[in-house]
Amino acid sequence: MNFREQLETLADIKHSFVEKLSETESKTLRTSKLEILQLNITRKCNLQCKHCHVSAGPDRQELMSKAKFESILELLDKADISTLDITGGAPEMNPHLEWFIRSASGKVERIIVRSNLVILKEEEFKKYIKIYSENKIEIVASLPHFTENLTDRMRGSGIFSTSIEVIKELNTEGYGKNGTGKVLNFVHNPVGAILPGDQNALETEFKKRLMDLYGIHFNNLFCITNMPLGRYLEYLKKSDNYEDYMDELICSFNPAAAESLMCKNTLNVSWDGKLYNCDFNQMLELEADFEKFSNITDFDPSYFEDKMISVGNHCFGCTAGSGSSCQGTIE
Amino acid sequence: MSDYFEKKDLVDFANIGEYAEEEGGKFFEYYGKSMSEGKLSKREKCLIALTIAVVQKCPYCIDAYTNESLKLGITKEEMMEAIHVGASMQAGIVLAHSTQMRKIIKKKEM
Repeated sequence: MNFREQLETLADIKHSFVEKLSETESKTLRTSKLEILQLNITRKCNLQCKHCHVSAGPDRQELMSKAKFESILELLDKADISTLDITGGAPEMNPHLEWFIRSASGKVERIIVRSNLVILKEEEFKKYIKIYSENKIEIVASLPHFTENLTDRMRGSGIFSTSIEVIKELNTEGYGKNGTGKVLNFVHNPVGAILPGDQNALETEFKKRLMDLYGIHFNNLFCITNMPLGRYLEYLKKSDNYEDYMDELICSFNPAAAESLMCKNTLNVSWDGKLYNCDFNQMLELEADFEKFSNITDFDPSYFEDKMISVGNHCFGCTAGSGSSCQGTIE
Repeated sequence: MSDYFEKKDLVDFANIGEYAEEEGGKFFEYYGKSMSEGKLSKREKCLIALTIAVVQKCPYCIDAYTNESLKLGITKEEMMEAIHVGASMQAGIVLAHSTQMRKIIKKKEM
């Protein structure tokens, strides 16, 4: 489905997000202080996961250019941004990543790379284990479930066992262990047409099972709701789960979660430098409304605050239950 | 009969305190407390609830606790194992009640 077809599908639900939002105290969503810069530096990936809202894969060619990265470094010098959140696709497949990490280190408090782990087993990319370690990069890795069967059903055959091998290597580097300053967080996305359960309960179970079975350490588990976008939206439609899934998202709308959404303090930048309020808006080509600024090359960070956030019915995915963000549950 | 046990009625569970709000409120307080994490984990409580739902044949509860089990990462094998505990308990209860029957037989038989 292209972005127009996705928007048309999302329009076909009982209540609109705008309508629900208008019933809350704040009525609309507006940006606050800019704290997180999230970069989608490529849509190329060595995997083709069933839940991928980016619809990333080996055939995608989109890569952020060095010139765009240089603009971002300039922005980091003039803006008080605490966190750089690098995602893709597989970020490692952008040839400028190593240079960019080394250049950006020291300009922000925290650099996150969202890695699919298995790419770190490939000859060309295994160097990143050391690069991440040397630069104290926080690794956020997808691990939908602690069983091989469920993880492989979502991410592809053999992915779970390779992920375990890579996690063990990261643990040897000190990742996931208290006191090392090397953070390894996992992301749990439900394997199927369901919303995630209680994050604390799931984290306890993941830690117990992964330690008992594989001797693995990690820091936190982030539970992230599968967004009704990209391949996941296609799955919902094909499996006749779309209506029930959207109904559950709408019924679980939580005004408190809407007050703390990540789009308030995050600027999302696509591979070509375009500006969005979040990663999901990027996939639907709903650009952020910063009036005269539409690209990172000319963006003035002082202009970020108190601007209307672009929303759509997919936003129900972030406001359901305890809420969902790239850092897991909101509340 | 088609109006009985409609899936959409599950969301009406939140309104079961209607016409008796005080009792309803106390029920939800008790329900919330007993289902929250205590010495037993949420996972363990969810499997108990799912098993009772199936044993008692409540379609609403089966829907709610199958989904809750999936959300908590409980595997289908674990769920089915729990259902077999319920099934064997039910079978055991039936067989245990045959004690009454056997006692009568033994008393009456020549």
